[in-house]
Amino acid sequence: MSTSTLTASLTEESDARRRRALLLVFFCTLIGAVSQILIKTGATVLARQVAHPGLISAATGMFTNPWLFSGYALYGVSAVLMVLALRDGELSLLYPVIALTYVWVALLSFVLFHESVGTLKMASIGLIVAGVAVLGRKGAR
Amino acid sequence: MVLVVTGSFIGSFGAVLLKAGAGRLSRSIQSVITNWQLGVGVFAYGLSSVFFVLANTKGELTILYPLVSLGYLWTLLWARMFFHEPLTKFKFLGIGLILVGVFFLKLSSG
Repeated sequence: MSTSTLTASLTEESDARRRRALLLVFFCTLIGAVSQILIKTGATVLARQVAHPGLISAATGMFTNPWLFSGYALYGVSAVLMVLALRDGELSLLYPVIALTYVWVALLSFVLFHESVGTLKMASIGLIVAGVAVLGRKGAR
Repeated sequence: MVLVVTGSFIGSFGAVLLKAGAGRLSRSIQSVITNWQLGVGVFAYGLSSVFFVLANTKGELTILYPLVSLGYLWTLLWARMFFHEPLTKFKFLGIGLILVGVFFLKLSSG
């Protein structure tokens, strides 16, 4: 194999790794959003059960409340995905993409809890999506 | 204001430690257990959210909450300093859009 084809295949390989890293972060934001919704629901349930939820009831609730438990478990999964992504990708590229989590949370809140989405929120979501799209371009890497 | 800015600062540093720790990972369990960067990184991440919650309960103005988006600026700085990542025009554009988006999203949800 000549040097140029070797370099070409090496670049191709690192390109594939970077794409995989970006895809991992994408899933990380989806799972992270679901985990946030679960934790929020769990916290509401806990607040109804306990008169003054403090640190201790919050800590035990992590294991006794199924909403909180699954929420924190998913949070762990998203963290592992993030670490795996960071191993192969650039921090300056991947970290901002985590902002997609906000977009999914707003979307899920709208669908599940019928929370209102105002004009400002809609515009903000548009900006975040546009930013991620720019970072996802090949030229940004 | 101090709480939110400190929180965003600590959080972004957590991401740096996670990346440093991720680079040292291999297939052995030992490489996970003895990886202090990963441990401190996860801790810093959690700590930053404690700061944000404190900022909320201690009555820091919700108008200051959009300062969370400062974390993107810190991370850009660390990525350049510690990992010598190139900062391209597209990166600035993408991160700028996200930063403004998160700023106004936080502003709209208070």
